[in-house]
Amino acid sequence: MIAYAVRVIAKALVTFLAIVTLVFFFTRITGNPIDYVIGQGITQEDRALLMTYFGLDQPLWLQYLRFLRAFVDGEFGLSFVERRPVTEIVADRLWPSLQLLGSGLALTLLLSIPLGIVAAIERKSWIGNAVMSFAFIGYAIPNFVLATFLILIFAYWLNWLPVVGNGTALHFIMPTITLSGVMIAALTRFTRNAMLDVLGQDYMRTARAKGLSERQGLFKHGLRNASITILSVIGLQVAGLAASGNVVVEAIFAWPGIGDLLVRSAIQRDYPVLQFGVIAVSVAVLTVNALVDIAYAYADPRIRLARA
Amino acid sequence: MADAAFDPLASARPGASGRVAGARAMWREANAIQKAAFVVAVLLLAAAALAPLIAPHDPVAQTLIARLRPPVGFERFKEGHLLGTDELGRDVLSRVLWGLRLTLALAFAGAIIGLLLGGVLGLLSGMAGGVTDDLVMGAVDAQIAIPFTLVALLILAVFGSSLQVMVIVLGLYGWEQYARIVRGEVRKLMRMPFVEAAVAAGASRPRIAFRHLLPNIVSPLVVQFTLSLSNIVLQESTLSFLGMGVQPPTATLGSMVGIGRDYMPTAPWIVIFPALAILLLTFAVQILGDWLRDRADVRLRSR
Repeated sequence: MIAYAVRVIAKALVTFLAIVTLVFFFTRITGNPIDYVIGQGITQEDRALLMTYFGLDQPLWLQYLRFLRAFVDGEFGLSFVERRPVTEIVADRLWPSLQLLGSGLALTLLLSIPLGIVAAIERKSWIGNAVMSFAFIGYAIPNFVLATFLILIFAYWLNWLPVVGNGTALHFIMPTITLSGVMIAALTRFTRNAMLDVLGQDYMRTARAKGLSERQGLFKHGLRNASITILSVIGLQVAGLAASGNVVVEAIFAWPGIGDLLVRSAIQRDYPVLQFGVIAVSVAVLTVNALVDIAYAYADPRIRLARA
Repeated sequence: MADAAFDPLASARPGASGRVAGARAMWREANAIQKAAFVVAVLLLAAAALAPLIAPHDPVAQTLIARLRPPVGFERFKEGHLLGTDELGRDVLSRVLWGLRLTLALAFAGAIIGLLLGGVLGLLSGMAGGVTDDLVMGAVDAQIAIPFTLVALLILAVFGSSLQVMVIVLGLYGWEQYARIVRGEVRKLMRMPFVEAAVAAGASRPRIAFRHLLPNIVSPLVVQFTLSLSNIVLQESTLSFLGMGVQPPTATLGSMVGIGRDYMPTAPWIVIFPALAILLLTFAVQILGDWLRDRADVRLRSR
């Protein structure tokens, strides 16, 4: 088990290094980032001064090493726009993002797991079809289109809900629905398929044969076995969907979180912030993936033995 | 077909001459929704292709005295602007048609680049093995860990947003999926007798790749291409919606929704029609992709 965990962590570290390297060299591909930000009307002296200020006058490999060192001492540099440490700027945005992610994930779990189970049990009736059609619509509808129609109906026509900000509980409703739409659809599908796989197993027939009621068999044997697969899907797929969705949803509703920050810094070309933000989000996704991988192997011995 | 087991669509096309019959069988077996999706997709493609001929107005021509006019059937409707006009008096119907055209062109360009990039890398990785394989698969893992929207933001911030950059960004979408699929199939095929025979007979590596491997990977690639097409439409619309895509006055469906948002309380039609077009497009392509995948995946048919 420990050997397996070590291997997962080692692989995550390699991937992490690959991401950091790609992100760093990417922002330097076209030359000096400072030139994009300041434009034409600046003297050579001022440009040199700014380059020294942001450490851009040093050779590339030295900048790369300094960039790597930042992961040890936490000096990720200053925002071009705000002149504050990027870590501070991102940290300020963390809590609203976590709140939104939390409510989005809660709604997702609350809806999609029961729906997925129902769709698996009732797969031949209209109920199962209805659930899967609902999941399909949720999957195919772009989140910004969903948000636009929600805003049109509930904010402008009915005047029930506020559009921007995160002041009250009412502010959470539309962003949460928009964020979780795709996740609910994806997780419902996965839950259904995981349950279908489990329902066809021999131990389910055994459970029925030894006299358990359908309901007992379903919850004691079926759901417990399917939950391992479902959990791993939540970690591996939903984490990525949540990170991407967060960017769009926060930008639409002016939610003061990390996603909104990333879009703003992309438009303002504030590299240090964007660079750090992208790495931070990727590390979060990577960490969740690795943890789920390990938890998965812990819960299911077949996995760690098969992959050993 | 050298090996039917590795050609998931084999039953759909028993041979070159059976291809038409296979397509006919596919149409017969389709349900009403799938048929409708196919018809909608064809209509959208035709509308996009014929946009220069059927659009009633120039999509960027402004008529400032006829701004924010509603669609037909409403008060203040202006003759000749069936779906109304936007904040600069531009014809919404014409902009939707031209926007659809650009969205589809970008999506196809992006999907083809992604297919080529991922396909070549997967082929290299699967055939060469060793360090090449490790490097390519390492890049694939890194790409999977970074949500694509962030990659796109990073690229657009570095290069600025223009049509060319947009094509590159969308071309990067999904390359890792193609690379994984191709690598997996290649590794499987490399152990097949007919490939080993070709190697033993002294066939060159390119010949093995193009003559023996690629023809056997076409089916999963077609499925993946269709699925990624709808995702690319989504990505393009999202980026344009955020103001990071194609810049005004050129319109794509996403940027029309993004810019029109400011006028939503008073002139919702500016937003509603392009949003509906996006919905139609993504629904149709997604249904077609699922349909192809279900046909290709024999395991799903029994369900």
